[in-house]
Amino acid sequence: MTQFQVEIQLIAAVAAVACALPGVFLVLRRMALMSDAISHSILLGIVLAFFLVESLASPLLILGAAATGVLTVWLVELTHRTRLVREDAAIGLVFPALFSVGVVLIARHAGSVHLDVDAVLLGELAFAPFNRITIAGYDAGPQALWVMGAVLIANVVFLGLFYKELELTTFDAALAASLGISPALVHYGFMTLVSITAVGAFDAVGSVLVIALMIAPPAAAYLVTERLTAMIMISALFGLLSAILGYWMAHVMDASIAGSMATMAGIVFLVVWMFAPGRGILALARRHARQRLEFAERMLVIHLMHHEHSPDAAEENRLGHLQGHLRWKPEFASRIVRGAERRELLRCEAGGELVLTDRGRDLARVAMTS
Amino acid sequence: MFDLLLDPTLRIVALGSAALGIVSGGLGAFAVLRKQSLLGDAISHAALPGIALAFMLTGSKHPLVLVLGAAAAGWIGTLIVMAITRSTYLKEDTALGLVLSVFFGAGLVLLTFIQHRPDAAQAGLDRYLFGQAATQLARDVAIVAGLGIAAYAITFLFWKEFKLLSFDREFGASVGISMRFVDVVLTTVLVIAVVVGLQTVGVVLMAAMIVAPAAAARQWTNRLGTMVALSAGFGALAGVAGSVLSATGANLPTGPMIVLCLTAIALLSLLLAPARGLVWSFVRHKRSQRVLRVEATLLDLYAMARQHADPGHAHASGALRALGGGGAAATWRARCAGSRGVVSRVSRRVTAGR
Repeated sequence: MTQFQVEIQLIAAVAAVACALPGVFLVLRRMALMSDAISHSILLGIVLAFFLVESLASPLLILGAAATGVLTVWLVELTHRTRLVREDAAIGLVFPALFSVGVVLIARHAGSVHLDVDAVLLGELAFAPFNRITIAGYDAGPQALWVMGAVLIANVVFLGLFYKELELTTFDAALAASLGISPALVHYGFMTLVSITAVGAFDAVGSVLVIALMIAPPAAAYLVTERLTAMIMISALFGLLSAILGYWMAHVMDASIAGSMATMAGIVFLVVWMFAPGRGILALARRHARQRLEFAERMLVIHLMHHEHSPDAAEENRLGHLQGHLRWKPEFASRIVRGAERRELLRCEAGGELVLTDRGRDLARVAMTS
Repeated sequence: MFDLLLDPTLRIVALGSAALGIVSGGLGAFAVLRKQSLLGDAISHAALPGIALAFMLTGSKHPLVLVLGAAAAGWIGTLIVMAITRSTYLKEDTALGLVLSVFFGAGLVLLTFIQHRPDAAQAGLDRYLFGQAATQLARDVAIVAGLGIAAYAITFLFWKEFKLLSFDREFGASVGISMRFVDVVLTTVLVIAVVVGLQTVGVVLMAAMIVAPAAAARQWTNRLGTMVALSAGFGALAGVAGSVLSATGANLPTGPMIVLCLTAIALLSLLLAPARGLVWSFVRHKRSQRVLRVEATLLDLYAMARQHADPGHAHASGALRALGGGGAAATWRARCAGSRGVVSRVSRRVTAGR
C-alpha cells in the first residue's frame, strides 16, 4: 500500500465512525431522513459561507454551513407545526428549495465560486490526500483527515457529555421533560452536531455518502442488538468495515470511492438483514416454519384425543382422514404424523389407526388448557 | 417576452416541463396523501443504477431505454423499502434513507466504472444527476407525455382502489380488495411519475416535483379529484414559469428554477388558501379572540350593573380595567361593544345597556 492509499482509508474510516455515532440516534429518533435533508441543503450554506470567507478550508465555512443544516431542521418543524402538511411533506418542501437556491447561486457566480455541485454531492476521496496541511514547513497530513478527526472528536465529546440526555429524550421524551431536561434543547444541540458532521464530511466523501454512513450501519446494528451502547459500538464497527471494504472495491473496479463505500454499507446491511441471529430473514423464516410444525403437531394430538375411545375412532384417527378433516395436504400430513411418531406422541397401529401415547395425551391436554 | 414564446427551443423545453409537471404533480398527490412524500425522493435516487445498468446492457443512450432501466431500479428499491419495513422493526424513514443512499452510491459506482472504461461513449449519462431541461428534444417530450398518459390511464382505471388505499386501507381489505396488489400498482404509477422527470430536473430535485404541487393543492380542497387536478395544474404552471424564467436570465438552470417556482406556489398556498391558509386562520383567530374579550368585558359590566338598583347607572371605565385587567384595552373593548349598541358612553363613564 502506498502512503496515499493508507491516508485515504484512514480518512474514510474516521468519516465512517464520525457519521455512524450520530446516525444511531437519528435512526432511533425516527429522523433518518433529516440526514437526507441536511446533507442536501448545506450546499446553500457552503456557497453562502464561501462568499464570506472565500476559502473552502476555513473552519468558519464549516460552522456557517452547519448553520444552514440547523436552519433546515427549524424550517421543517415550522412548516410541520402549521399542521397544514405532514412532516415528510415538510422535509420534501424545504430541502429541494434550499438546494435549488444553492445551485442557482453557484450557476450565477460560476466565475467567482470554485465550487462544483458534483463535488459537494458526490465527493472525491481519491483527491483528498493532495490537499495537505503543513505546520512550520513540516507535512502534517491531509487536511480532510484533520477536519474529520476534529468532527469525530466533537461527536465523541458530545455523546460522552450528553449521553444520558440523548438516551432519555430519545426513548422517553416525557420523562426527560419531567426530569428537567429540555427535549427541544437536546434536539437542536443534536441536530447541530449532525449538521457539523455532514458539512465536515462533504468535502471528503460527498453528501450522499454521509446519508449512507449515517443510516446503514446503525440500521444494521439495530438488527443485531437492542442495547444502546452495544448498538453504538457495532454501528461504528460496521461503518469501519464499509469504509475499508468500499475502498478496495473502488480500487478493484476503478470507480467512485464514496459510491463504493455506500454500496458496501448497503451490502453489510443486506448480509445482516438476511443472517442476523434471531431477527434476520432466515432466522424469521426458520422460526416461522418450526412454529407451523409445532402448531400442526398440537392440532393432531388434540384431534386424536377428541376421537379417542369414540365409536368412530378407527375411522377418524387415520392418516388418510387428516386430509379431509384438518385440510392438510397428504405430504404435510404424513410428515407431521412421522414427526409425532418419532417423538413418541403416538403409535401407528397395524390397521392404520393412530393411537396416542401417554406423552401425546399430556401434550394435547397442555395445548388445550394453555 | 413574446419573442421568447416564439423561440422553438424554449417552446419544447416549456412544453416538456409542463408535461412533467402534470404527470409528477398530479400523481404525487397520492404519495403526499399516503404520508409517503419522500418515497419519490427514494425512487429518484434509486433509479440511478438502473440508468447505468440499462446503458451497460444495451449500449444505447436512447432516453426510453434509460427511463425503463430507471423505472425498474426505482421499482425494486421501493419493494425493498416495503420488505424492510415489513420484516424488521426498522421504521420507514430508515428504510427510505437506506435504499436512497445505497442505491445512489451503487449508481455512482456504475457511472464512474463506465466513465473509466476506455471504449465507452458515456457522455450524457450524468445529466440524469442534475437534469438538463434546456437540452430537451421533441423526442424527450414525447416520452414524458406517452408514459404520463399510461400512468394516468392506470390511475383512472384504479381510481376507486387508489382512493381506498389512500384513506381507508382496512376497509378496502375488508371488502375483499387485495390492498397489497393495489399498493404495488400505485407504486408503479408513482415510479413512472418520478422517472420521467429525472432527465429534466435530475435525481436530487425530483422530490420537490412530487411533494410541492400536491402539498399546495391540498390546501385548496378536500376532494381527491380536485386535488389531483389542481396539483397537476400547479406542476404545469411551475414547469412553464421555471422554463421561461431560466430562459430570460443568464445562467439560471431550469430544474432549480422550476423547483423554486413550485416552492413559491406551495408557500402562497400555505399562506393564502381559503379556509386552511395561515393568513386566514390568523385573522379568524384574532377575530374570535376579540369577540371573546368583548364578551368578557360585557359580563363584567353586567355583574357591576346588577349591584345597583338603577340598571342605567354609569360605571367608571377604570373599574372595568380593574376587573378585566388589560388597561386601556378594556375601555377599547367597551367601545367595541358600544358600536354594537349594547353599551352607551356617558362622558368618561360607561353604562350597561341591554
